Amino acid sequence: MFLLADNVWLDALLRMTIVAVLVPVGVILLTWVERKVIGRLQQRLGPMHVGPFGLLQGIADTIKLMTKEDVRPDSADRPTFELAVFVIVVPVFMAAVAIPFTADIFVRNMALGLFYFLAVSSLGIVGFVMAGWGSDNKYALLGGVRAGAQLISYEIPLILSAVAVAMLGQSLSLYTLVELQDNTPFIAYQPLAFVIFIIAGLAELYRQPFDIPVAESEVVGGPTVEYSGIRWSMFQMAEFVSLVLISALASLLFLGGWVWPFGADNATWLQVVLMVVKTSAFILFFMWMRVSVPRLRIDQLMALCWQILLPFAFLQIIINGLVLVYDWPSWTLTILSGAAAIAMGAIIYRVARRSGVLYQTSGAAEQVGLVL
Amino acid sequence: MTSEVFNVYIAVLIATIFGFVLVGSALIGNLILSPRQKSPHKGVTYECGMLPIGRSRAQVHFRYYLFAILFLIFDIEAVFLFPWAVSFVELGEQAFYEMLVFIGILAFGLLYAWKKGVLNWR
Amino acid sequence: MTIKSEPFVVNVGPQHPSTHGVFRLRLTLDGEKIIDADMIMGYLHRSMEKLAEERTYTQNIPFTDRTDYLAAMTGNLAYVIAVEKLMNIEVPERAQFLRTIMAELQRIASHSMAIGIFANDCGAWQTPVMHMFRDREKILDLFEMACGARLTLNYMRIGGVSRDIPDEWMPQAHKLLKELPKRFAEYEDLLLSNEIIIARSRGVGVLTPEQAIAYSVSGPMLRGSGVAWDIRKADPYAAYDKLDFEIAVGTNGDCYDRFVIRLAELRQSLYMLEQALDMMPSGPVHQRLGTSTVQPGTQPIAPLAFRPPVGEAYGRIESPRGELGYYIVSDGGPSPFRFHIRSPSFINLTPLKLMAIGSTVADAIVILGSVDIVVGEVDR
Repeated sequence: MFLLADNVWLDALLRMTIVAVLVPVGVILLTWVERKVIGRLQQRLGPMHVGPFGLLQGIADTIKLMTKEDVRPDSADRPTFELAVFVIVVPVFMAAVAIPFTADIFVRNMALGLFYFLAVSSLGIVGFVMAGWGSDNKYALLGGVRAGAQLISYEIPLILSAVAVAMLGQSLSLYTLVELQDNTPFIAYQPLAFVIFIIAGLAELYRQPFDIPVAESEVVGGPTVEYSGIRWSMFQMAEFVSLVLISALASLLFLGGWVWPFGADNATWLQVVLMVVKTSAFILFFMWMRVSVPRLRIDQLMALCWQILLPFAFLQIIINGLVLVYDWPSWTLTILSGAAAIAMGAIIYRVARRSGVLYQTSGAAEQVGLVL
Repeated sequence: MTSEVFNVYIAVLIATIFGFVLVGSALIGNLILSPRQKSPHKGVTYECGMLPIGRSRAQVHFRYYLFAILFLIFDIEAVFLFPWAVSFVELGEQAFYEMLVFIGILAFGLLYAWKKGVLNWR
Repeated sequence: MTIKSEPFVVNVGPQHPSTHGVFRLRLTLDGEKIIDADMIMGYLHRSMEKLAEERTYTQNIPFTDRTDYLAAMTGNLAYVIAVEKLMNIEVPERAQFLRTIMAELQRIASHSMAIGIFANDCGAWQTPVMHMFRDREKILDLFEMACGARLTLNYMRIGGVSRDIPDEWMPQAHKLLKELPKRFAEYEDLLLSNEIIIARSRGVGVLTPEQAIAYSVSGPMLRGSGVAWDIRKADPYAAYDKLDFEIAVGTNGDCYDRFVIRLAELRQSLYMLEQALDMMPSGPVHQRLGTSTVQPGTQPIAPLAFRPPVGEAYGRIESPRGELGYYIVSDGGPSPFRFHIRSPSFINLTPLKLMAIGSTVADAIVILGSVDIVVGEVDR
């Protein structure tokens, strides 16, 4: 393995330092990107005044958040309230260890990388429940239990779709899984798993339409309602880093990471470009979703997870198993999984419009009934 | 091999420490930079500008607990699925059908919970 | 599941992002389910009805801007109609048309906002509001051209309107009318068949026609329940009797129907505006008030103070939120003896408890959004 230093401890320290520097910088940049993108989608300009194109807005915000007074409710459960921030941010750092960015750029290449990532990234749920309970606030409590219910539920489809990919690659190492996609990315074989992964990933990032735990118009920020200043920005940082990590994982598992479409032995700069393009595509997709759709209600959310995504995730696993055990040609996988994905879409569409007759979208004069 | 695993988890340990250090330093930086003005009203929890009614750490509805149990079952299943997923091709047809039976039992369990109305929120 | 947990009480409002101002809802929750709901209002009470008794009839017009601040034109209109009934004033034809046009523009602006905020309450993250604001801004530009103000317009006068529109107004209005159908088609495309909006609002907050009439709700809420009642048809005022339009009615009486009705009314308002702009007559825009008026200076229109005859009058119009009525009692003095506002927001809010109990917190927010209240009008 390529080492930055001879000593493994020193090497790990150096690599993590790079990560620890990149994370805040990246988060500051990403907040700017998100505000700009959302601004444009909403026909606004976004940040404009601090620096060229408002680029320094993130830095100004960081300074503002750093110098804000730290307000904590008197009745809050102090250890829970304070520890929640750590419980949310630390797993995100731990998860970053497992993600290989290119063939050469990674912290550690783990043999069980996929398994480790999924295990560690779900630790943050505990932080949300702690924040919700520790704040001694009803909105926070409601948001905290909502977060608990939603995040653990969507953990399962996420894991199962990852299992489907692991079955296909017969490996849990993200490095190996990517190297296997030099001709065809796994999205071509696993459209259903991809769709489930993206939906569950959206829910894990609690973004629209799954922002139920932090729903601003209902529970006013949920678990984060009592957090202000720098503590709140830690929540924000964890959210953005998870956004990047989930996007990177999606591009590694389904879009062939740094190998597809140029093969496994392309130059490092090309690998970096490929990963940046694919990861940004997912990040932009998640931002786009955020401003495009309303929010589901929690019962609809749970029904979507347990009654639709979970059975279909199992279906994908069974399809994979059948095809791999009997050594059917790989295009059968594409067809079966694609058909299942279309079926799932059709079911969701039907369920969403189940009650009553739909109004026509044509002019109003046709749809109005009585005239006095 | 042992040293390889050791090598990997050194990074995990250091990542954990870095996480704590980053959050801790941000909080300490905030402690140094921020103004502090105590007022009794700042310590009141937010409830839309009103004084909170009753106690906030209310009992949470039972259905969250049911979902937690369901999650536990399926998460453990997922733990079994991972080693199986990477080895069932070598183990052959039998391993696949064995897992199918396992999934089938759990799917039946899910169906039972579904019919019992656990999955219906209301 | 029948297992019950300990209920707890949550204040939603007055400082809550989706109570549309300083309205307070005290919910008793069992988990997410609402088992009791109390509406507490009065946080924006400005005692307008009492203040109005100390001011002259003309001085009261700015108050009507500030009750329903999202539809100041219709607020003005209802008040001046009441005073005109009291004094038996004939309003010139051109002023009638100007009033109609302004009221319909105001309806488009107000409904755009209502639809956007409703989508926001369903969880859409500001996007519909921001897009709707494009149209609203252009309408406010037209108002600014006509009367110099954008929000609190103070445009109507007793006996007409404060001033005629400038020459550039008509071309700009025509230009806007050409743009709007495209925009409305876009909103209908994006919102009307949005699966999540349907899933969130259909079957939520159902109000049967009987309940709706019993609670005397009006406006899009009443029509959403399937009752075709619109004061523009039932008791025409201004120039509505000369215009052709239809009343949109719903079938289920749920939040989705109210939302659809507002979208449909945008189209109807547009249709009315097209007719009204074509039919606009020329002539004076203000009726000289009779001998009973006291005119300060030489200004030909809009006297500051006058003494109407003893009596009472009730002027009502169809505001974007429903039946807006002003009840005025005169004792012959320069200011009203009694000044009462029948505000649609306030009365439409009364069945909220009925609709909210049994639903979830998330539903309560959607229901409140579908009622489309303006707290300035609820509390006066």
